[in-house]
Amino acid sequence: MSAAAPGTSKAAHSDVAPKKKKGPGALATAYLVIYNVVMTAGWLVIAVGLVRAYLARGSYHGLYYSIEKPLKNWYSFIPIYVRLLSRVSGIVPSSVVLTGFQVMSRVFLTWAVTHSVREVQSEDSVLLFVTAWTVTEIIRYSFYTFSLLNHLPYLIKWARYTFFIVLYPMGVTGELLTIYAALPYVQKTGLYSVTLPNKYNFSFDYYTFLILIMISYIPLFPQLYFHMIRQRKKVLGHVEDYSKVE
Amino acid sequence: QERAVVFFEVEILDAKTKDKLCFLDKVEPNATIGEIKSMFHKSHPQWYPARQSIRLDPKGKSLKDEDVLQHLPVGTTATFYFRDLGAQISWVTVFLTEYTGPLVIYLMFYFRVPFIYAPKYDFTTSKHWVVHLACMCHSFHYVKRLLETLFVHRFSHGTMPLRNIFKNCTYYWGFAAWMAYYINHPLYTPPIYGEQQIRLALIIFLFCQIGNFSIHIALRNLRPPGSKTRKIPYPTKNPFTWIFLLVSCPNYTYEVLGSWLGFTVMTQCLPVAFFTLVGFIQMTVWAKGKHRSYLKEFRDYPPLRSPILPFIL
Repeated sequence: MSAAAPGTSKAAHSDVAPKKKKGPGALATAYLVIYNVVMTAGWLVIAVGLVRAYLARGSYHGLYYSIEKPLKNWYSFIPIYVRLLSRVSGIVPSSVVLTGFQVMSRVFLTWAVTHSVREVQSEDSVLLFVTAWTVTEIIRYSFYTFSLLNHLPYLIKWARYTFFIVLYPMGVTGELLTIYAALPYVQKTGLYSVTLPNKYNFSFDYYTFLILIMISYIPLFPQLYFHMIRQRKKVLGHVEDYSKVE
Repeated sequence: QERAVVFFEVEILDAKTKDKLCFLDKVEPNATIGEIKSMFHKSHPQWYPARQSIRLDPKGKSLKDEDVLQHLPVGTTATFYFRDLGAQISWVTVFLTEYTGPLVIYLMFYFRVPFIYAPKYDFTTSKHWVVHLACMCHSFHYVKRLLETLFVHRFSHGTMPLRNIFKNCTYYWGFAAWMAYYINHPLYTPPIYGEQQIRLALIIFLFCQIGNFSIHIALRNLRPPGSKTRKIPYPTKNPFTWIFLLVSCPNYTYEVLGSWLGFTVMTQCLPVAFFTLVGFIQMTVWAKGKHRSYLKEFRDYPPLRSPILPFIL
C-alpha cells in the first residue's frame, strides 16, 4: 500500500540520498546523480504524457492508458533494481525495511491492483494517484539531484516539504478508491485466490486481503503524514539558518 | 582492637539526566551490585531490581549482579549510572504463556469448536487418522516444552522486557491457529504418499524430539543449580548428544530439521512449512549469536563446529 507513497515520507530520507556524515565518494556520487536525473526525467515523461493526452482528448477520462507503459517500467522495475544494487554494493546505507516497503506498495498498486483488474483502469481514482505520484516524484528526484550537486534551490526544498500536504492525501484517496473499485471484480472472479480442498492444505482470499490492506491505511497514513509535518517544521522552520546548500 | 573497615559511599545518578537519584553511605566493600540494587529499590520502590540497569558509564554496559563493589574500578565514593529497563516479566512466565496458547488453541480447532468451521461440522472429528496423529504430536511437543520450562531449563537471565510477551504470544498463538485451521479442516487433504509418508515423518519427529530433549538435559547438567556459570557443551554418553561435535546449538538443529520438518511432511500443509521456515530463520540468528559468544568467551572452542547446520550454517 502506498501509505508511504507520495515519496514524502520517512522512506524518502533513507532513500537514495546523500548522508551528511560521510558523503559518498566521487564515483558513487556520479552514479547517484545519474540515477536521480534519470528518474526525474522518467517522471517528467509521464507528466508530459498525461498533459498531452488530456489536451488531445479534452477530458481526463481514461488517461491511464496513455501512460500505462512508462508507469509500469519507471515505477516498478528500474527503482527496484537500482535500489537493490545500491544496497548490495553498499553505496547507500538506506533502510531496507522503509525503502522496500515504499517500493513494494507502489508496485502493489500498479501491478496487483490496477494492471490485474482491467475494469478499474478507466476509473478516475487511478488518475488521482498517478498524478499525485508523478508530481511528488518529480520534486523528490530533483531534490536529490540538486542535493547531491550541493546546489539546492530553496524553492525545491520548500516544494518537497510543502506539496505533500495536499499530494499525500490525494494519493492515498486515489489508491483507496482504486482498491475499493477493484473489490467486486476480485470477488466475482476469485482473482489470485486459492480455495480448499487442495494438496497443500492452504487457502488465500485476495478479496479479504485487499480489505485488510485498506484497513492498514488507518494506522499507517496518519503516522507517516504527521512525521512529514514534523520534518517540515524542522527543515523549513528555521528560516534564519537556511542556506542554499542542504 | 577494631579492624579498620573502609566503607564505601555509593551515589546513583540517572544515566540520561545525571540527576542524583540515591546516595548510600556505609556500604560494605564486598557488597554486590545485586545488593546495591536492593538498597536502591528501597528508596525507589517503583524500580524493582530486575528493571535496574546499573553501569559505570552512562553509555556503558550493565554491571552484573554478582560484581563486587571493591573489585570495580571505583574509588571509595562510587558513582553509578542508572537506566530503567522498563517493566520486566520473568522468562518462566513468558515461556509458560507462549506455550500454553498453542496447546489450547490447536485443541480447539481439533475438536471443531463452534464458529470456526461451518455449523454442521461443530464438535465432529476428522475422518483421517493422520489428523489425530498430528494432534497428538503437536500437543506432545508443547507439553514437553512446558515441562522443560518448569523442570529442566536453567535461565541465565531472570527477566525480559514486558513487551516481549505480546510479540512472542502473537507469533506462537497466531501460527498455531493458522496451522490448526487447515489441518483440522473438514476439507483437509491427507499426504499424497499416504501411510509411508506419515510413518517416515513420525519417525523423524520422534527422533528429533528425543534429540532435542537430550540436548536440553545436557545443557542443564553443565550448570549447577542456582549458578550462572557458562561452559562449553560436549558430547556425553547419550548418542543424541554426539551432534555437539559438529554443531554449537543442536537443540535448534533438532527442533527445525527434525520436529517441524517432520510435522510438515506428516501433515503436508503449506502453513506448517511457512512456520518451519520462519522458525529456522529465527533459530539460525540465535544460533549464530550463541556461536559467536562461545568463540569470544572460550579460546579453546572446538573449531569444527558450525552454529546450527553441520558444515553449512
